[in-house]
Amino acid sequence: MGLADVKQSATEARLAALRLPEGGCLAAARQAALARVQTLGLPKRRDEYWKFTCPDTLTEADVTKASVFVSDEVPMFDDFDRLKIIFVDGVYDADASDDLSLEGVTIDRIADICGQDIHWAKDLYGVLEARGQAPVARPLAALNTAFATDGIAIHVTGTPSKPINLVYLHSDEMSDAMVHHLVRVEAGAEATLLENGPGASRFNTCLEIDIADSGKLHLVRAQGRDHERRAANHMFARLGKESVFKSFTLTVNGVLTRNESVIELLGDDAIAHIAGACVGDGDFHHDDTVFITHDAVNCESRQVFKKVLRNGATGVFQGKILVKEGAQKTDGYQISQSLLLDGDSQFLAKPELEIYADDVICSHGSTTGAIDEEALFYLRSRGIPTADATDLLTLAFLAEAVGEVEDADIAADIVARLEGWLSRRR
Amino acid sequence: MLEIKNLHVKLEDEDKQILKGLNLTVEAGKVHAIMGPNGSGKSTLSYVLSGRDGYEVTEGSATMAGEDLLALEPEERAALGVFLAFQYPVEIPGVGNMTFLRTAVNAQRKARGEEELSAAEFLKSIRAKAKDLKIDADMLKRPVNVGFSGGEKKRNEILQMAMLEPKMCILDETDSGLDVDAMKLVAEGVNALRDEGRGFLVITHYQRLLDHIKPDVVHILADGKIVKTGGPELALEVENNGYTDILAEVS
Repeated sequence: MGLADVKQSATEARLAALRLPEGGCLAAARQAALARVQTLGLPKRRDEYWKFTCPDTLTEADVTKASVFVSDEVPMFDDFDRLKIIFVDGVYDADASDDLSLEGVTIDRIADICGQDIHWAKDLYGVLEARGQAPVARPLAALNTAFATDGIAIHVTGTPSKPINLVYLHSDEMSDAMVHHLVRVEAGAEATLLENGPGASRFNTCLEIDIADSGKLHLVRAQGRDHERRAANHMFARLGKESVFKSFTLTVNGVLTRNESVIELLGDDAIAHIAGACVGDGDFHHDDTVFITHDAVNCESRQVFKKVLRNGATGVFQGKILVKEGAQKTDGYQISQSLLLDGDSQFLAKPELEIYADDVICSHGSTTGAIDEEALFYLRSRGIPTADATDLLTLAFLAEAVGEVEDADIAADIVARLEGWLSRRR
Repeated sequence: MLEIKNLHVKLEDEDKQILKGLNLTVEAGKVHAIMGPNGSGKSTLSYVLSGRDGYEVTEGSATMAGEDLLALEPEERAALGVFLAFQYPVEIPGVGNMTFLRTAVNAQRKARGEEELSAAEFLKSIRAKAKDLKIDADMLKRPVNVGFSGGEKKRNEILQMAMLEPKMCILDETDSGLDVDAMKLVAEGVNALRDEGRGFLVITHYQRLLDHIKPDVVHILADGKIVKTGGPELALEVENNGYTDILAEVS
């Protein structure tokens, strides 16, 4: 069988195991997404953007069992004042969640938007995902648009007094979930969105973010501590004039994580920062795939990704900055780095720049290396034991990425959790 | 305090002997200076004493207060009281100077079975010491040595020495890269630490530093051995006549 046939039969097998949610105002969007999946076919290793990450367990009809990680650690963001929205294995839990009313923002369950007249949500669902399919196909995101059974629509019209926190609990070791969220930030509005938790044994998320002129959105994600879970997360963001989008993702453990981010800077003077820190030990594969398009004047984009890998863990980075014709005065920065704590781990990176404007600044760098022996000796010569010195240098390596988190309390909490992770591996 | 006997050291990766039977005793309360031409083994001596990788001791011993220094890890030597002021202090991006110093002070205290310093005690102590060395609050907050000028780096070494209160201070060409004012400042920092319980080994090319840090004993190191020992006047002789005469005289 040729690749096309293999793909088609695998795609058919997966689709046969799923049922398209019927009716409702999103039916047309779901049908269109299904057609995209059928046209594109689900990914295979031989696809250019999957050559470093095997997608099979993400696309198979059957979910692979993943035990639920139990910890006595206080869950992320528990100590913060927030509006908490809980999903258990991808299903909204109204009883465990907070009341959804908060000044400056309207929050609805996706399932409920059809009953109400929520035009912005109907007009956004699947739209950014569809835009994001070219030039690189993202069939798992289209699959999500077609089949996601839950999710919320967040309409930011003012400046809510506290962050909105989506909490993804994992409870069933055979759970297979898809959630799809919509965020619309109106002109001049500003909000913080927090996400945390593993979600499900196999979790496919799609987040479509539409930021109007001078709107601001801060996003901080933490992907739980479950070892065996598999996740394909998709973030699609469209930025208007003078808008700001800043995102940071913390990944601790996880046998397979693919975090795709597709960002379009469409209005002049917009700013997009996207960062991630991950730490993996052993059976860990973490893939950041980022595509940033500059299609307006004087925009800034910044990608900072840091990975700490040990015991045969694998890190992948595929990041692209596309500067379209006319996107003058673009300031693009991209750095992806890995710290290999032993000789067994690996980092695979594919940084790309494609520039069609002549007055831009774009820089990219990718490095991989071990702990700096000079620095280690310096610290030890001051009395700091090797293990402590190594942890200190490891946290220092991650600092540039964690530094992208603007809220100092959240950043300090992230550092404390990374310290905990390192200290458990002494 | 520090007793080095017949020390022979070669490079681990190369068949190159650097120290060839070095004998040296530094008593508590004394300042010993080591001078010598390039390649005589001065820096190797400082690294071997502080425990850096890459050197192999083939013969001899180095003990401090009776403990076999060479059998200890660098951090254990530090806790015992050995301090090396680096010729080229290392830049460590991402680690705040203050965090680094507090971690170091408390790691040493812990290793010695002493109570750790509280954040408040530490702050009080470091502020006073930093002020004496003209190190401002910004330098304390910045990552260790990152973006520091040559003089700032050396002052930062002396600040670490002041905070860690070692018993045996080894200064490896601390004067290199310093202008006259910076050298004076560093020397004042060192002199403030002179104490009858503390020994100093000051490694330098030039007599200039020794104008400010007055040594009790001066040694000339050449080709891996101490070839001549004398008082402060020996440093002046080097300054006036260079090493050639002395080396010719002893060979």
